[in-house]
Amino acid sequence: MNDMTPTREQREAALEGMGCRRKRVEDIRFTQGKGNYVDDVKLPGMLHGDFVRSPHAHARVKAIHTEEALKVPGVLAVITAETLKTVNLAWMPTLAGDVQMVLADGKVLFQNQEVAFVVATDRYAADDGVSKVVVEYEPLPVLVDPFKAMDPDAPVLREDLAGKTVGAHGPRKHHNHIFEWSVGDKELTDAAFKKAEVTIKEMISYHRTHPSPLETCQCVCAFDKIKGELTIWGTFQAPHVIRTVVSLIAKIPEQKIHVIAPDIGGGFGNKVGAYPGYICAAVASIVTGKPVKWVEDRIENLTATAFARDYHMTTEIAATKDGKVTGLRVHVLADHGGFDACADPSKWPAGFFNIVTGSYDFPVAHLSVDGVYTNKAPGGVAYRCSFRVTEAAYCIERAMDILAQKLGMDPAELRLKNFVKPEQFPYHSALGWEYDSGDYHTAMRKMMEAVDYAGLRKEQAEKRAAFKRGETREIMGIGVSFFTEIVGAGPSKNCDILGIAMFDSCEIRLHPTGAGIARMGTKSQGQGHETTWAQIIASEIGIPADNIMVEEGNTDTAPYGLGTYGSRSTPVAGAAIAMAARKIKAKAQMIAAYKLEVHEDDLEWDIDGFRVKGLPEKVMSMKDICWAAYNSVPPGMEPGLEAVSYYDPPNMTYPFGAYLCVMDIDVDTGVYKVRRFYALDDCGTRINPMIIEGQIHGGLTEAFAIAMGQEIRYDSEGNVVTGSFMDFFMPTAVETPHWETDFTVTPSPHHPIGAKGVGESPNVGGVPAFSNAVNDAFAFLGATHIQMPHDYWRNWQAAKNLGVVA
Amino acid sequence: MIPGPFDYHRPASVGDAVKLLADLGDEARPLAGGHSLLPMMKLRLATPAHLIDLHGIAGLKGICRDGDRIVIGAMTTQAELLASAEIGERLPILHETALLIADPQVRYRGTLGGNVANGDPGNDMPALMLALDASYRLEGPNGAREVAAREFYQGAYFTALEPGEILTGISIPVPPAGHGYAYEKLKRKVGDYATAAAGVVLTMAGGKVASCVITLTNLHETPLLATDAANAVIGTTLDDAALKAAASAARAIMQPASDARGPAEYRIHVGGIMVMRALQRAASRAS
Ligand SMILES: Cc1cc2nc3c(=O)[nH]c(=O)nc-3n(C[C@H](O)[C@H](O)[C@H](O)COP(=O)(O)OP(=O)(O)OC[C@H]3O[C@@H](n4cnc5c(N)ncnc54)[C@H](O)[C@@H]3O)c2cc1C
Repeated sequence: MNDMTPTREQREAALEGMGCRRKRVEDIRFTQGKGNYVDDVKLPGMLHGDFVRSPHAHARVKAIHTEEALKVPGVLAVITAETLKTVNLAWMPTLAGDVQMVLADGKVLFQNQEVAFVVATDRYAADDGVSKVVVEYEPLPVLVDPFKAMDPDAPVLREDLAGKTVGAHGPRKHHNHIFEWSVGDKELTDAAFKKAEVTIKEMISYHRTHPSPLETCQCVCAFDKIKGELTIWGTFQAPHVIRTVVSLIAKIPEQKIHVIAPDIGGGFGNKVGAYPGYICAAVASIVTGKPVKWVEDRIENLTATAFARDYHMTTEIAATKDGKVTGLRVHVLADHGGFDACADPSKWPAGFFNIVTGSYDFPVAHLSVDGVYTNKAPGGVAYRCSFRVTEAAYCIERAMDILAQKLGMDPAELRLKNFVKPEQFPYHSALGWEYDSGDYHTAMRKMMEAVDYAGLRKEQAEKRAAFKRGETREIMGIGVSFFTEIVGAGPSKNCDILGIAMFDSCEIRLHPTGAGIARMGTKSQGQGHETTWAQIIASEIGIPADNIMVEEGNTDTAPYGLGTYGSRSTPVAGAAIAMAARKIKAKAQMIAAYKLEVHEDDLEWDIDGFRVKGLPEKVMSMKDICWAAYNSVPPGMEPGLEAVSYYDPPNMTYPFGAYLCVMDIDVDTGVYKVRRFYALDDCGTRINPMIIEGQIHGGLTEAFAIAMGQEIRYDSEGNVVTGSFMDFFMPTAVETPHWETDFTVTPSPHHPIGAKGVGESPNVGGVPAFSNAVNDAFAFLGATHIQMPHDYWRNWQAAKNLGVVA
Repeated sequence: MIPGPFDYHRPASVGDAVKLLADLGDEARPLAGGHSLLPMMKLRLATPAHLIDLHGIAGLKGICRDGDRIVIGAMTTQAELLASAEIGERLPILHETALLIADPQVRYRGTLGGNVANGDPGNDMPALMLALDASYRLEGPNGAREVAAREFYQGAYFTALEPGEILTGISIPVPPAGHGYAYEKLKRKVGDYATAAAGVVLTMAGGKVASCVITLTNLHETPLLATDAANAVIGTTLDDAALKAAASAARAIMQPASDARGPAEYRIHVGGIMVMRALQRAASRAS
């Protein structure tokens, strides 16, 4: 007879658990156009809202005339700040402890600020109405340059804060000052610089850019007057937080608010905060009694909802002559725009920027950050990075290259010399973090070998000589980047949002037939949670991943969680999933023991069920245990098989990686070609290698875009000059380089499955690799630091400044 | 990104289209592929009350040989140009350039007539029409007339088209067999208009440039015919000095705006480089 009993390998493979290159289950609907996004939500009688926006960056609003707009067929209402004041919603709190105008209240502070909200029976009528609203403005002096924000005669932007000398994060030094935040030991650091053999100092800017997800921010609000309930479908990375915030500011009991985040077309931090569109759509629905949809267009998205970066980092390193770092001193001028709407954990006004010591063993360091207001859009979100971590990584990785250049040392050697050593983990950094695990030397050496680093440097030396002889007009740059991230916010001891600890959660319910549903407090925006979460459960409890349905985004059914951003899903919710699964497994073991008539301790786990120790043929599969859970549990035990876990992580996780970029630049046109890009990532335990690679590819493409041209630029009048995809660099497949990926595995010691999170690493590590490549290309011509973005004309400008083009 | 209200008309003949334009006046605009007009309408930078869609007029499409000229119907799309073997053989510079315009989606809809009638200095085809000395057939309430491409462009979005006129065809003299050609376009990415671009059509004899036309895109309010630059290379072997002379003569007439592609100074600099590269590549193709 043919023995059909599956082998252990087959049983293991059937689970498609951790480590499996499982195909993304959500792609079945996405690739067929069957996703269900907010704009797909169409309700009977639904109205559409659109904004009248300010053409001015700074102006007093003298009057708003709505009469002509109200005559447009289909237009039902025009909401202004005056309307919102009747429900006390003209202003809203921000996640950063500031307040923000929902609609212009007396003045506007940035171009395209929301001034009035026109509600109509369709989107066309709404826009016709928008074009008929007449607003009288009195232009005011515009403040664009953050370095001039605290000049004595700088225009007063926030008149609402007049006389407030203390803000959410301490004293304010000036009418345009938001906060000063400092960490580290200033005296010891200053002393280190005094006796330093070598120092470098450079103002390193990370320009303003934007997360620009494919799907813009949008919502549908439906208020049910009879029940007093508000349902909101929205592009929310953190649906539960939105529910709480709405409840607090709209004074609607939280159980009467239903927040649903359906499929989301990318977030990258843009969809964490609360925007005027949400408030206006909700108010419009309450006023009209009809559902109201608000959908941002691309220009609105780029110019009005949360930007990222805009950090100007004056960076100093002290070192010995032979290249040992002895101190780090950084001052950041942070441009927050017209309101401080940064989406950081509440106590962290500059996010986790104090990870700026990077992968290096700095004995002392000091950091201070000044946040200022300017006439630009608010935001400051973590664009595919943990809070301000990409700024920090860029800062230290550029500075290490600058130091290497000053010392005449190879930048890879300098890094190897200063890395935190494997035996130093858990490592306490000079700026207060406890790095969980790492092996930087191994990762760096693996990268150098893979790319033949020595060979590349040799080729570069030859090309430089040829350039000097006038034989070529092309220069070659090699960009090294070694980053350490801090992700997984976060432990309740240091992280909260509006007072809510930043735990996350999972609820698993198994059904009698050996299948189940799992719900989390996170929300995928393309990361593939439906695939990977099921894989964790599959490995933990032996139910095939295909039999686990993952559901996120509905606050009525999902357990409370803080959402998905800052690479926190795997470190926090991933841990909750494993812990919930382990609770189930513990109960399953009791049921199996009862059914197999042995003591629990006599059972051992074997892939997809329990077996009796020493009697391998005496087994009970998890599938059978599920059935038993619903009909023959041990006496005194409740039937059913489900568990909930709320996980408060003991520490953050610290993914790291070694990246290298090889680039050629034509000095006559500034045109560059990325010849090679190698990315080695260590994200601890790898749940789905294919999804990891996909995340790396996507993040590197964003990093490439940011470093090489993607920016939100303002002219001196405060007009956005890069407000559409014609000018805001969004690379296509044609421009995008080929990516090579690699990895090492250093599990997190405190995480239940050892995973660290990976979605954001490539953006964090990629930007310095590209920028270092450009800077390295120009270094032999005398450049020390060239600011990003490195688009064609700026490369040409750099060549021109160095005297190599006429 | 929502256009204002408009009425839609789809005439079946040039006569009907011309009549509609005459009757409706300033408020009416012809609609070809829509890939310049609709983006402007979505930004409400253009708010025509009437769109006269030319797709219903059968006679406006097609490519045919007329003696030593090739005549292309205004509604012929970039994709159709690319699919034509006749164009590939006689006017290969059109193929090279069409492939540098936007992306396949835009090229399936966008027409040659729309591209040359639009008057946007960023459009690539007008410079070619100058280089090839094409002429446009314009039909209006007062009948039909031919206008040389070199006379057509008067300012940004300002052309020789009179109110009520439609551009119905483009007639291009076939350049001599063995001519060299090149269109060098610097752009930031697929789908971008030129930071600077130069078109060259030349013939060589005995290792020297016998005839040469150089034209420029997006370096002025209108496409430019760089006559002095061309004269600087005629009779030369395209040595370094000749190339540099051509580049500087071309730069002398450039007046681009500073924009997100770079400051005017940069665009002029790379404009000269495009001229040099186009000349070299064109010469390498000439026989
Ligand atoms: C993303 C993007 C990138 C692009 N990049 C480039 C590029 O790099 N280079 C480039 O050259 N173009 C580019 N274009 C523009 C594209 O080539 C357009 O198709 C072209 O400019 C206009 O042709 P159309 O047929 O689409 O005309 P339409 O948009 O329909 O019309 C354009 C204008 O011409 C008028 N018009 C059209 N046909 C006639 C006619 N027969 N008689 C009289 N008036 C007429 C219309 O009234 C309108 O004012 C790009 C477009 C997009 C959307």
